[in-house]
Amino acid sequence: MKQENNKEHKFGMVIDLDKCTGCGSCMVSCMSENNVPFKEDESNKKDSITWMRVYKLTNGKSFPDTETAYLPRPCMHCAGKGGHGHSPCVSVCPATATEYGHDTGIVSQIYTRCFGCRYCMGACPYHARYFNWWDPKWPEGMENYLSPNVSPRMRGVVEKCSFCYHRYQAARDKAYHEGRNDIEENEFQTACTTACPAGAIVFGDLNNPAHKVHQIVKPDPHPDKWNRHVVGKSRNPKVFRLLERLGTNPKIYYLSEREWIRRKGDNYLDGEWDKIKNHHGSSSHG
Amino acid sequence: MKVDRRSFLGLGLGAVAGIAVSPVGLKLTDDSSIWTQNWPWTPVPADGEVIYESSVCSLCPGSCGISVRKIENRPVKIEGRENYPVNNGGACLHGIAGLQYLYDPARVKTPLKKNGDKFEEISWDDAIALVAGKLADLRKSGSPEKFAAILDKEQGSVSGLFKRLFKTFGSPNFYTMPSFESYLEATAAAIHGEGKTIGFDLENADFVLSFGAGIIEGWGSPVNCFQANASRKERRAKLYQIEPNLSNTAANADKWVPIKPGTQADLALGICAVILKNNLFDSNATMNFKGGFNKFAAMLQKDYTPSKTAEITGVKAADIEKIAGLFAKAKKPVAVFGKGRGDGAQSLKELAAVHTLNCLVGNINKKGGVFVKSKNKYLEFPDESMDSIADAGFAKPKAGRYMNQLVEKINSSSKSVVEALFVYNANPCYSLHDTKSVKQALGKIPFIVSFSSFLDETAKEADIILPSHTFIERIEDVPSGAGLAKTVVGLTKPVASPVFNTKNPGDTVILIAKALKGSIAQSFEWESYNECLEGVTARIWDSLSEDGYAVISKGAPIEPAAVNLSFLSGNPPTVQAQGDFGLTLIPIDNMRLINAGAYVSPFAIKTVSDKVLKGKNIVVEINPLTAKGLKNGGFAIITTPIGTARVVVNFNEGLMPGVIGMVEGLGHTFENKYVSNKGVNVNDLIGPVIESGSGLDAAFGIKAKISKA
Repeated sequence: MKQENNKEHKFGMVIDLDKCTGCGSCMVSCMSENNVPFKEDESNKKDSITWMRVYKLTNGKSFPDTETAYLPRPCMHCAGKGGHGHSPCVSVCPATATEYGHDTGIVSQIYTRCFGCRYCMGACPYHARYFNWWDPKWPEGMENYLSPNVSPRMRGVVEKCSFCYHRYQAARDKAYHEGRNDIEENEFQTACTTACPAGAIVFGDLNNPAHKVHQIVKPDPHPDKWNRHVVGKSRNPKVFRLLERLGTNPKIYYLSEREWIRRKGDNYLDGEWDKIKNHHGSSSHG
Repeated sequence: MKVDRRSFLGLGLGAVAGIAVSPVGLKLTDDSSIWTQNWPWTPVPADGEVIYESSVCSLCPGSCGISVRKIENRPVKIEGRENYPVNNGGACLHGIAGLQYLYDPARVKTPLKKNGDKFEEISWDDAIALVAGKLADLRKSGSPEKFAAILDKEQGSVSGLFKRLFKTFGSPNFYTMPSFESYLEATAAAIHGEGKTIGFDLENADFVLSFGAGIIEGWGSPVNCFQANASRKERRAKLYQIEPNLSNTAANADKWVPIKPGTQADLALGICAVILKNNLFDSNATMNFKGGFNKFAAMLQKDYTPSKTAEITGVKAADIEKIAGLFAKAKKPVAVFGKGRGDGAQSLKELAAVHTLNCLVGNINKKGGVFVKSKNKYLEFPDESMDSIADAGFAKPKAGRYMNQLVEKINSSSKSVVEALFVYNANPCYSLHDTKSVKQALGKIPFIVSFSSFLDETAKEADIILPSHTFIERIEDVPSGAGLAKTVVGLTKPVASPVFNTKNPGDTVILIAKALKGSIAQSFEWESYNECLEGVTARIWDSLSEDGYAVISKGAPIEPAAVNLSFLSGNPPTVQAQGDFGLTLIPIDNMRLINAGAYVSPFAIKTVSDKVLKGKNIVVEINPLTAKGLKNGGFAIITTPIGTARVVVNFNEGLMPGVIGMVEGLGHTFENKYVSNKGVNVNDLIGPVIESGSGLDAAFGIKAKISKA
């Protein structure tokens, strides 16, 4: 069945770090939506599977000038250098278990193809991928709440955020069934987005100027003039991406009024930030 | 064939080359990886038709509307309900994880009876007969008042049924755990008179002065507060947060004002003094103040000058004057109280002092201000029939005013004060200060009946457990409260059929009442709780059953609220922390944990930072200046007058020097390996400090010392 869905989407997200309260709803909504298991001790965060993880940031100043903020980190769904779909993880996978969806911009993970080499985990600059060191185990009866839309994973495979791809599939099927060519903005929203009680997460199609995410991010249609590998840079001076200079071209953008938070987006050398921040958000025409 | 060196090497190399080229190796590797991915124990969830059912979450007083996604009648996901008047589509992590409570390993699967140290299964009929028999004996012995109840709240029809049982039985000893709603009612009673409660119109206020209220820490109706806070930026509203630690609320606020622990009441009065001195108050509002406005003003000018207040609170005099000016000159200012979640210990002096700020600037019953509302009275129970034992017993005085006095009375009396106890939706052995003395008091009660769904700390002390359905399996009316500006009653619906042999607590109470016969049974003439619910909510039943909720009131109340300052004008003493140690241990509320009522789910505890819980160790926060001799990340021993605990130390610049912060909600001790036996319960280390006058436990923390372990 060919989907009458020819327009190329580029799904992405912008997270308002000034609204984020660090409450953790996005993390739990994600776990519950995607059948993420849990185990007795989840305090070793290296083996705690959290497709969405909320980091705490601090400005490093001493009392009483300390400030803190939270930064939710799903998979960045990197478009890779130049935005051609060579995401760091996709390029290294020997099993074709993770692919870049050119029609959606979503980086997939196909569990049954994955044989657990974990190259992708090494390649991911954002620690967004997790390995199943153990088979998932639910307390007696608790498998009853598992959703059939996402297959439970088994020991020995890597998993990560899928931008709730099954929700996209459901929305697309519904649209097709109703004879529409395309889905509406509100028909496909990720579980973290809908759960956020502060409304800090905005999700949509970065290619669609009618979508809120596009209006906030204002992605630059041209490659960055300082670094041709960087595409889709935000023209909003308050918006940044993590480790943007690597050219991984994440589709998760962050928004903050606070400069110290924006500065946390990369590891800047002395004096580097002042140079960068002036260029920040400037378009190629700038 | 002769095997010489040459053919041996040839064969060997050939085999190596053959294996290298052959796909067999790759195929076997591939097959084995596929094989290991098809273990029969990897579940394959059944697919089917998808439907959504709406209900209401009752895990906390927030009362959010939820939408439950079901597949072939099997609930798989909880989300916030769109357009619900409390939470409009939002949900918190505990509600979203709600399905985990259904299959919780600590659930009580069937009625249990304690035999020695162990619980034995027992049938519902036998359990009800046993409970009714014990109660009938107690009533016959002539002291029905020795029957006590501990519930989570007063509101709602299930609490109504419990209260009715106690009244017709002849006991006044009905207690509720401290909750934010109970503090709101106490504050309203102290200033506006009995029968009222308070709501804060945060979504319309333009200047929120919060005295430690954890607006994004789970205070009030949490999701509603998250939304009000998130819209602050667009509304250009300001939030000033006054507390000793940089909580998430303080970090998110426009300004964090660090203050010495336990001195919020003094700062509030200091700000009142500046407002009065500088004539920044609303004279139309103050005209009708009763209870000695002049005396109050004179007391403030004497005891709470900016410099004196600064000395007590550690907030600079200039800052006090500045905050007073900003607050009084804002168009729609609101001062909010209730430290942390607002459900822990609070001092009435502090609550009243902060609320007086609202009264002074005249924001009572105005949009963006504070709503002083009548208590929500949507329930209409028919009159009880009372026999002479009931009349005589019910007229007797309560054993203690609040829970803490009851515990103290039981522990200090040689003869039994309480012979039988009902506990529903409350876990006093975990949530009250000085858990050891609470357990001791419960140990002295000969017969305890728990209605808990889970075998938690308090249920473990019970003699009989009559397990209740979880909120996912039962029908119940859920009134909002907890400082919400609107008044909404929601209907929790059974979205899943009961997983275990449990009952709706309403039904259990009706069965017990019927088994007690006589005038008690006559007061419970319903066939079932469903019938009772429909009857007592008759006025709003249509809207409850059709829409899933009924809005009782919204917008500012029309009637004016009288203000009486007599409680404060004598300047009651500020409660001091117990003990002589040099540091102060304060409890920290964390949105990802739960400290009262329910306990945290496996999903929620998974989100907790390793700077809060590391393995089985709780991590406490301390300013590096205070942490002399301690190592960041190292072990330490905390000692308070109540107890000691081994903890891990985390240096945190967001804590005032001299203060140790310990998270609330860890240290459970029951059978659930995912959430229990992790860390320390802060209530094991803090003892109650009763405020004279109000009778409230007002311990904001406790004096402590910390040393390297």
